[in-house]
Amino acid sequence: MDNIIEIKGLHFSYETDDEEKKPVEVLKGIDLDIKQGEFVAVLGHNGCGKSTLAKHLNAILLPTEGTVTVDGIDTKDGERLFDLRQCAGMVFQNPDNQIVSSIVEEDVAFALENLGVPYEEMRRRVDDSLKAVGMYEYRLHSPSQLSGGQKQRVAIAGIIAMEPKCIILDEPTAMLDPQGRKEVLATIHRMNREKGITIVLITHYMDEAADCDRVVVMDKGEVVRDDVPEKVFSQVDKLKAIGLDVPQVTELAWELRKAGCDISPEIITEEECAAAIERLFAG
Amino acid sequence: MLRDITIGQYFPGDSVIHRLDPRFKIVITILYIVMLFSGGNYLCLAVGAVFTIGAILLSKIPLKMFVKSVKPLFIFLLITAFINLFFMSRGNVLLHWKFIKITDEGVNTSVFMVVRIVLLIMGSSLLTYTTSPITLTDAIERLLSPLRKIKFPVHELAMMMSIALRFIPTLIEETDKIMSAQKARGAEIDTGSFTTRAKNLISILVPLFISAFRRADELATAMECRCYHGGEGRTRLRQLKSAPRDYIALGVTVLFLAGVIVLGRLF
Amino acid sequence: MAILETQELTYTYSPGTPFEKTAVDHVSLKIDEGEMVGVMGHTGSGKSTLIQHFNGLLRPTSGKVLLDGKDIWADKDKIRDVRFKVGLVFQYPEYQIFEETVYKDIAFGPRNMGLDEAEIKRRVHETANDIGLSEELLERSPFELSGGQKRRVAIAGVMAMEPRVLILDEPTAGLDPAGRDKILEHIKRYHQRTKNTILIVSHSMEDIASFADKILVMSKAKLFCYDETVKVFARADEISQIGLDVPQITRVFGELKRRGLDFGKEVYTVEYARDLLLRKLKEREVR
Repeated sequence: MDNIIEIKGLHFSYETDDEEKKPVEVLKGIDLDIKQGEFVAVLGHNGCGKSTLAKHLNAILLPTEGTVTVDGIDTKDGERLFDLRQCAGMVFQNPDNQIVSSIVEEDVAFALENLGVPYEEMRRRVDDSLKAVGMYEYRLHSPSQLSGGQKQRVAIAGIIAMEPKCIILDEPTAMLDPQGRKEVLATIHRMNREKGITIVLITHYMDEAADCDRVVVMDKGEVVRDDVPEKVFSQVDKLKAIGLDVPQVTELAWELRKAGCDISPEIITEEECAAAIERLFAG
Repeated sequence: MLRDITIGQYFPGDSVIHRLDPRFKIVITILYIVMLFSGGNYLCLAVGAVFTIGAILLSKIPLKMFVKSVKPLFIFLLITAFINLFFMSRGNVLLHWKFIKITDEGVNTSVFMVVRIVLLIMGSSLLTYTTSPITLTDAIERLLSPLRKIKFPVHELAMMMSIALRFIPTLIEETDKIMSAQKARGAEIDTGSFTTRAKNLISILVPLFISAFRRADELATAMECRCYHGGEGRTRLRQLKSAPRDYIALGVTVLFLAGVIVLGRLF
Repeated sequence: MAILETQELTYTYSPGTPFEKTAVDHVSLKIDEGEMVGVMGHTGSGKSTLIQHFNGLLRPTSGKVLLDGKDIWADKDKIRDVRFKVGLVFQYPEYQIFEETVYKDIAFGPRNMGLDEAEIKRRVHETANDIGLSEELLERSPFELSGGQKRRVAIAGVMAMEPRVLILDEPTAGLDPAGRDKILEHIKRYHQRTKNTILIVSHSMEDIASFADKILVMSKAKLFCYDETVKVFARADEISQIGLDVPQITRVFGELKRRGLDFGKEVYTVEYARDLLLRKLKEREVR
């Protein structure tokens, strides 16, 4: 499969107001390729640079050094900025601060209006997107009447309407309750499965990352791990050292293994954990 | 609770008035105001009243809502009436006591003015009662769009208006939350002396402003991500289509206006 | 001895309008002095409305709230004193920070209490220490701090009033694991020092399991249960039914039970699970 996102030697630093201080280096040389259709979680504690990385994927920020290419478009190519942003849509943390209109369907149409999509097509795309995230019946509601999870789904619909190849979500569930989190995650997974949209999910929730194809762990502006979730989580001590958690089941398996039990460290689901414990007692 | 305040006083409905094209509604409201101010006698005013009441009945909004709309301006009406009553020196004197002189023409003018203003308020309330603020903003943008040629930022203003409308409920809710949080820290907002209350107001305004700026910043980024680049080449999901009823409504209004002008000349 | 008590507490929003909604429905409970209570429930279950009654921000539509056995609404003019005795930290409390220095912001509550400067100083320093804010941060602007630090400043602002009951509404919402652990750890430390009653609202069952002596569960405006942590997690199935999660580890042991491996104990922390399993494995070897 082709790479949809290619990041090569990405450095990013910004100047502070204080002239004496050196520029702050947030990203310190990142190389990362993401394939079309992949579901990738980018994991890291607050301030590790994961949000800064996300902002490079649709040219909100531009590299100080290195290149970022999305679907063959260099993010520095100002001529193709709108092509780039259509191709790689972005969903942010706070559901309130990304909804522009007081009517749900008009918000979903916002990007299409900006792109000058003709009415008939716009109508169709808006309706389809709202149906895809399960918010069609709320199309005439005001966003202030919706729950956090619903607002976030509207925001996703607004991105889907652009028919992107890739969606980048920057901690989309951090401000939601468990119900809202479930709704949003189910929606993202469905978009990935049914529409084949590449998903880059920025998060610090381990359980969210456990369901992904691939986990990229960041620390201090660098990629420190990049593998399937089972392998990444099995290194419990390394993750804890950089301020991250692992799912409770992984931690239990790791603790048991440390105490001398014969149990695989690559456990990330409840079923796997129960089965492994069962084997311990059977053997 | 602050949250209970509704902005724009819009009453959703499906009446003929609700369904009129908002652009026509704005034009009709302007013609209506002209109508009220072009007739100088009671007959003209009666025609205006018939027009107002007819429209109100068609809107199916309870009459008491219109009475309510006049209430906040009661003091203003009273002052208007008094000024006309006491300062009109023409006409036959009805009462003369010390420096106060009331003439029949004074009484006449004040009644006339009050009725005219009441009709004006009721008529324009009808516009906001039957049109949602967002539709109204949209209609204003389209009506003013010719001004773009002289570089008047029509789209930008409309966008600002609609974003403001979008964030009013959010900010009201936020104010509510910050107020509760400061109250929990012992800030007196509803009680206490004027100076402590003023000081405590700062504890609400500062966080509110900081939050509003943060929101504005994040919203701007989110809009950029969705390819926002001003009004140039934008298409719209909301289609305003005029129907025959809009032209009929406009025609009726013009007829009434003509009637008022003729009556004003004749009598 | 119960420090907080509610008797048939009921609260209805916008009564007499089409938006009428009973958010808290005849809730009676007693919270004992010195307890560490986890509060859980869905969004809209009434838990936020309930906790706003404890410090008199909301007034019951019917029923009573008692603090130290006295009705807090007996004298309406004294309600401010109740707010000093029952401190409430809202969700995302960093959004209430407004002063130009951390010191001044923490001092806002104590100052409203009318304390003298020396006492305010003592309290600010003590709570800053409790919550893990170093001395040199006190003269900095709170707006320069990191998200987690701001959150701790805001919590300290309520702690400095030295309330006998401290209520925190989702104190770890939106924080990363390190920030979350730090806050919970400092709250626990504060609890150990002051022995004050603490209520923490949280959506994370893993977190609640790690600190709570007792758990209060709200569901659909009613009190679902208020009991010791072990006993509440023993009802894992019922809790799942009302749409709340139990800790992942508890679910694993539920699954083991279904597979015929019943350890006969309620497990809700990883540590406990490890020790239990190792002990059982050893017992098995001996046999």
